[in-house]
Amino acid sequence: MPATIDRTSDKKEGTLNLRKIAFEQDKEVIAPGHKLCPGCGITVIMRQLFAAVDYPMIVANATGCLEVCSGNLPYTSWRVPWIHNAFENCSATASGVDAAMKAMRRKGKLLEERPIKVLAIGGDGGTYDIGLQALSGAMERGHELVYLCFDNQGYMNTGGQRSSSTPFGSSTKTTPAGKKIPGKQQERKDLTLIMAAHHIPYTAQASPSRWPDLAKKIRKAFDCGGPAFLNCLSVCPTDWKTDVQQGLNITQTAVDTCYWPLYEVERGVVRVTYKPKLKKPVTDWLANQGRFKHVLKKGNEWMVEKIQAEVDRRWNMLLALEAATGGVEEKKPVKAEA
Amino acid sequence: MTQQTLFLTGNEAIAEAWRQINPDVVAAYPITPSTTIMESFTQSVADGLVDTEMICVESEHSAMSACVGAAAAGGRVMTATSANGLALMVEVLYIASGMRLPITLALATRALSAPLNIHGDHSDAMLMRDAGWIILFSEGVQEAYDNFLQAVRIAEHPDVRLPVAVTLDGMQTTHQLENLISEDDEAVRDFIGEFKPYYPLVDVDNPVTYGACSVSFGEDFYFESKRQQEEAFKQALPVIEAIGKEYGNRFGRSYELYEAYQLQGAEYALVMMGANAGTAKDVVDELRAEGKKVGLLKLRSFRPFPFAAVTEVLKGLRGIAVCDRAAPRGSSGGPLFQEIRSALYGLDQAPTIINFIYGLGGRQLMPEHLRGAIEKLQVATMTGPGDDLVGYLNLRN
Repeated sequence: MPATIDRTSDKKEGTLNLRKIAFEQDKEVIAPGHKLCPGCGITVIMRQLFAAVDYPMIVANATGCLEVCSGNLPYTSWRVPWIHNAFENCSATASGVDAAMKAMRRKGKLLEERPIKVLAIGGDGGTYDIGLQALSGAMERGHELVYLCFDNQGYMNTGGQRSSSTPFGSSTKTTPAGKKIPGKQQERKDLTLIMAAHHIPYTAQASPSRWPDLAKKIRKAFDCGGPAFLNCLSVCPTDWKTDVQQGLNITQTAVDTCYWPLYEVERGVVRVTYKPKLKKPVTDWLANQGRFKHVLKKGNEWMVEKIQAEVDRRWNMLLALEAATGGVEEKKPVKAEA
Repeated sequence: MTQQTLFLTGNEAIAEAWRQINPDVVAAYPITPSTTIMESFTQSVADGLVDTEMICVESEHSAMSACVGAAAAGGRVMTATSANGLALMVEVLYIASGMRLPITLALATRALSAPLNIHGDHSDAMLMRDAGWIILFSEGVQEAYDNFLQAVRIAEHPDVRLPVAVTLDGMQTTHQLENLISEDDEAVRDFIGEFKPYYPLVDVDNPVTYGACSVSFGEDFYFESKRQQEEAFKQALPVIEAIGKEYGNRFGRSYELYEAYQLQGAEYALVMMGANAGTAKDVVDELRAEGKKVGLLKLRSFRPFPFAAVTEVLKGLRGIAVCDRAAPRGSSGGPLFQEIRSALYGLDQAPTIINFIYGLGGRQLMPEHLRGAIEKLQVATMTGPGDDLVGYLNLRN
């Protein structure tokens, strides 16, 4: 392990230290040798994150794919201080780290002069479901930490069971597409808006397929001076049953169909950060994913219609929220000529 | 502040110890009967008497989780809870000990639901007996205070590095007012010393990984790490003794792994832990005055269990009545009974040993109940204990 990590990066908004990603793998925060699946979205998100900010950082990681694949005693891929406690308590663990640093600074026991940032990471299982209470508590208490959820829409670490983030219609190990019930029959939880309802300084939804947007949001999250929540869609080729080389393209279809809108909520103001010029039909998102194969079959048109209607409803609600909170700058009325 | 005598409840005494320790982080969630520990301490925080970062978490699970995060970060960390709160913490109790984090916990013991009961017994302490924590039982307010100060030293000792729980009996010790000798603040701080964390997360230039999995079949270190925890327990016994002695030298109240009360020349003994040992001492005094050779073994360190010392102190007796404040739940007897009976196994002439369950859900234990237990024990030593080793004190039929 290197004694220090060079994290000098170009701090210009919306850019990443690409040089580091391309040529300096020995300085990457997550060292090669981890065991994540080929094409996994998590490492892409993590690389973008660590290339976007250069703070010294302590990471608290919930049980999940990233946790089990990035360390196996006595080996670790982490080149920053890292702690895994359990599945549901990542936010509480991060709260403890934040509190200890505050007290130690107050007592003059923490000599590091640079601000040390706390990053909590969990998948949708550890965030939407079992860890929601601890997350809500940590956000309400105002700890200075960034919570990043890599949302791969299911319990992938245990082999691909449904979560409250699994989309309607998706076939999972616990909601298999059967002869009578065609996959998951419930809509997914909108966690980003739930977190925004905590009225924390910064909440955002992002996608690694649009990395300048993600990088900007990561910086805003770390610099907001309080709790921040980032929700990133993370492709899971293994359980979405997708081509390992098409991960980011598939993720981008979620954005272009407005299934996964990119937006941020900054001190109460909702701002949609990417509006596709042409909103693609939701079938673009459903196609090329084995978990939705049955949805696109003849006789299940009602499912596609239902999914499209729900996407439209949520997208329109988001636009209405944006307009209502002043996220869209009103066009100045054209002055009538005298 | 110099040494002073205060009139405090057990919970207030714990909060007084915390004020003097001035921990880095306290993360806690209110639950009867531990609540007033947190209330008294948050007053100290609000009044600026400590530099502690107080986290008022949203559950006990998060309380222990935050303690783990804070202790790994490099802080001196403590919490308090009872019964169902402890039950909610259990998952993380094992993680705290597995990571060898020197967290200290004040356990205001209480009955576990159902039916819901807020009064004292030891079922919660027994719930954590296998969690890899050192568990010290306290008889009264002064002992709870003294034990907690020592707990910090024991937990942080380089040969130990295990979390420590200090119990005080719910409602009895927690809410009962007693005189407390509170030692001088500076003397206390000098006794516990500055906390030097071992591998703190805040050392960002020397990054460490806490809690990585150990799953590679055949190449994992899970088994070895559990074996190391056993070694730590073994090493904890002399450390607990030495710190108890040092505490005595400094403050005048020495502590051992157990207290042998009137065991010299005794033929019969009660074995107990916690607040009701006080009642037992009165009963022993009365019986001694009547010429009966009766004594008491009050155990202080339940984990690690001092087998060798217990065997040594109990071996010459004719009969022993172990009084458990927790139900056997399908076992051969209460948890303390099993330990004591096991400690006596293999002796050439082992004493007759029987078990009494008492005080569940705060049921009163009066001197006459213990006198009755001794009478039954005397009969059992003559006629043999029979098939049923377990009796119940003050139980309605």
